[in-house]
Amino acid sequence: MKKFDKERVLLAVAGPVIALVAAVVLTSFVLLASGKSPIEPYTLMFEQAGFADVQVLIINQAGVYYLAALAVAVGFRMNLFNIGVDGQYRLAAMMTAVVGAHVSLPAALQIPFLMLIAVLTGAFWAGIAGVLKVTRGVSEVVATIMLNAIATSLIGYLTLTEVWGQPLGNNQTTGVMKESGWFPGFDMGDAGEIYGFTLIAVLAGILYWLVLNRTRFGFDLRATGASETAAAASGVDAKRMVLTAMLISGGMAGLAGLPILLGDAHTYSLSFPTGLGFTGITIALLGRNNPVGIAFAALLVAFLDKASPALDYATPVAYDKEIAVIMQGLIVIAVVVSYEAVRVWGLRRQQRRVGAELAAAAANDNSKKEVAAR
Amino acid sequence: MSVELAGITKRFPGVVANHDIHLSVGKGTVHALVGENGAGKSTLMKILYGMQKPDEGTIAVDGEQVTFASPADAIARGIGMVHQHFMLADYLTVLENVVLGSEKLYGIGNGAREKIKEISARYGLGVRPDALVEDLGVADRQRVEILKVLYRGARILILDEPTAVLVPQEVDALFDNLRELKAEGLSVIFISHKLGEVLSVADEITVIRRGTTVGTAVPAETTSRQLAEMMVGSELPTPETAESTVTDKPVIQVEGLTVYAAGGASLGETGTVGDTPAAGSLALDAAGGDAKRVLDDVTFTIHAGEVMGIAGVEGNGQTELVDALIGLKNADSGAIRFIGEEITSWPTRRRREQGVGYIPEDRHRHGLLLEAPLWENRILGHVTEKPNSKGKGRWLDIKGAQADTRRIVEEYDVRTPGIDVTAASLSGGNQQKLIVGREMSHKPRFLIAAHPTRGVDVGAQAAIWDQIREARREGLAVLLISADLDELIGLSDTLRVIYNGRLVADADPATITPEELGSAMTGAASGHLEHVEHEEQSSQVAEAAEAAPEDEAR
Repeated sequence: MKKFDKERVLLAVAGPVIALVAAVVLTSFVLLASGKSPIEPYTLMFEQAGFADVQVLIINQAGVYYLAALAVAVGFRMNLFNIGVDGQYRLAAMMTAVVGAHVSLPAALQIPFLMLIAVLTGAFWAGIAGVLKVTRGVSEVVATIMLNAIATSLIGYLTLTEVWGQPLGNNQTTGVMKESGWFPGFDMGDAGEIYGFTLIAVLAGILYWLVLNRTRFGFDLRATGASETAAAASGVDAKRMVLTAMLISGGMAGLAGLPILLGDAHTYSLSFPTGLGFTGITIALLGRNNPVGIAFAALLVAFLDKASPALDYATPVAYDKEIAVIMQGLIVIAVVVSYEAVRVWGLRRQQRRVGAELAAAAANDNSKKEVAAR
Repeated sequence: MSVELAGITKRFPGVVANHDIHLSVGKGTVHALVGENGAGKSTLMKILYGMQKPDEGTIAVDGEQVTFASPADAIARGIGMVHQHFMLADYLTVLENVVLGSEKLYGIGNGAREKIKEISARYGLGVRPDALVEDLGVADRQRVEILKVLYRGARILILDEPTAVLVPQEVDALFDNLRELKAEGLSVIFISHKLGEVLSVADEITVIRRGTTVGTAVPAETTSRQLAEMMVGSELPTPETAESTVTDKPVIQVEGLTVYAAGGASLGETGTVGDTPAAGSLALDAAGGDAKRVLDDVTFTIHAGEVMGIAGVEGNGQTELVDALIGLKNADSGAIRFIGEEITSWPTRRRREQGVGYIPEDRHRHGLLLEAPLWENRILGHVTEKPNSKGKGRWLDIKGAQADTRRIVEEYDVRTPGIDVTAASLSGGNQQKLIVGREMSHKPRFLIAAHPTRGVDVGAQAAIWDQIREARREGLAVLLISADLDELIGLSDTLRVIYNGRLVADADPATITPEELGSAMTGAASGHLEHVEHEEQSSQVAEAAEAAPEDEAR
């Protein structure tokens, strides 16, 4: 028993470790090829991570990534590829900002209310793709990509001054939200403030684990992801499952923009971060859809994000901070390759071990019987 | 000698898969390799085909000692393998499938087409190069696989359990092909555990047990009983049920069940309609518009304690019947009643909760989550029921499920080092025992058993038969679908034959022979099948099916 547990840990860790090592090595090659030191950028980035203010930035960023990645992971667990997290969280953040600027409840109600708005908006946007897939068989990949583009246009329209927008300098905002909807953060003194919403992200991770691993619904969802045919034969209604998973994924995506919106920006503007959803895909992949794995992956990517700008100002030689982007890209490729390799290797290895143990047991049995026969 | 394996030993860490194996195959002969599942046949063939390297021992081809680093080396030496699971691309034509990967041999155009026709004609394979593979039946696909191997210049063919997917008549046709190959001086290594077939086609038989060769026999001087005893080292079990336990309490009543073909994806062979006539002699020529009805007015009743067997060539509606009963397909018309209750519109889960057990035809696709641990597989299909869940079935009861998995492993003799290993790491027989154990643990009142012992070794087969018999004594109604006619005849209380989506004939398992059943399966006979003289009532197929008594008089 013990042995197989150790085995599982080994398999779980081997994939990411191999991927990261490969990504670092390949990045170093890129650096070498451009005639730069293949090592110094890493030391520079690690130095950055030592500063308290950078640490706060990393944690804040990781919380955002974590929510986005959970949203992607819910889909992944049943072989649904929700590429639309990006559009879902942006639309949800915008809607929440608008509502937050016009509705004023006590904080104890306002914040849950705003979260509900965000979840519903995200779920609605993802639900469109879900309904299309269930009723018309439209691939959710295509539908969600299209919905991303539509979301961009829709947000552009809704934030027009004639609609809900409010110009502020040469920025276009949705107006400042009522203060009861500001999520209090943890003051870290000079280092800045950690978003309070990061706690919600942690809770979301726990909830994700609980639902997937401890409930009937989670089992059905994982079964559908592992084998659609077996799940159907076991009594899972595949269509309902697809729709539900899309709604949950979208709802989770809706939350992804809130740490920034409720903790810092307090308005949706042109400068609201975009692309979180795509980074979320990278992180979900790297974290193998596992809530703890995703947490590590989110921290890693946040670290690359927040420690790399310093490369531009390094002396005597400046490095391009895009190195971090290159590395992220390489991580994705390495992850896909190494996970599949490790999975196949692990499966074979276990098959052999089981064979070996059974053969050993059979041999024991036999020799006993033969002795008994004599 | 065209192939000679001497002293082959292959160790995997901690286990000896092959130990001191000797095998010599003469030119122009069919050499059968028999043994239980897991005896080491596959490993040995992988070694010969260059997929594994032996730790000890030598391989000689045509008297010349060789080492293979990969299947490509083996192919270059004229060794070809026809895998048990066909490796064909459905949406490509036969020609495209054959040239795929060997484009350099004869090109991809007319040169290749001519070559395929030539090979097909020389060995009587009847393969048409421009037919789409998805339109072909199982037997035809197998011939394409054989042709693929011959096209690459193989002189030695390895056939891995080629008859597992065929009905008796198709098996005969395959054996005719093998005799043609033999006559042309090719050698065939034929892997099987069906002893009757082995005796009829092989020139020489090597028996392998526990990883080593235990003997060689010549068919003329041996019986299947002797072979079986060499194979398992003990007596061969038989599927015969003792006394009848049939009651008059109907458990499942199916009336006028009709299912139309939708989409066509799952229909396989019966779906060859109109403009693309099926290639090859054995494909079913379904008559035009009728082919759209994959199940046509099927009516039957199974009582408590009764096993009803359904015989039929694969693709005649069995899959659809099973799907309709378990709720994966909706009935287009007709009704299904389960202990008096109308369940036609029930979803799958509700049916399973109410006591419909399901041993699926394809356990990998429908019965297991291969990469999940055994205990999760124990939950599959019964997630809302105890001991798998608690709190009105919303929360998983992992401890309960694990404990019960241990019990199943123990009681059903699932050979595994633990319940945390993945289902994929068990052998087919043990996977099947786990599924049977799981289904039986929920005390089903109606069991759908589709090919319950397919690909299962003799020991596990006997255990599964015992389970079904025991449950039957306790009042279980069973729908048994099997390609193994001996199993069907041995276990069933009632027999029906399905052809082209209809139940066309019935028979008394006490007197019928596999051959008589076989002829009804191809549509040659219908109505009530009597032993000795097949009563030909073929002109009234439909009437006979309807007139057939709903519940067999016992």
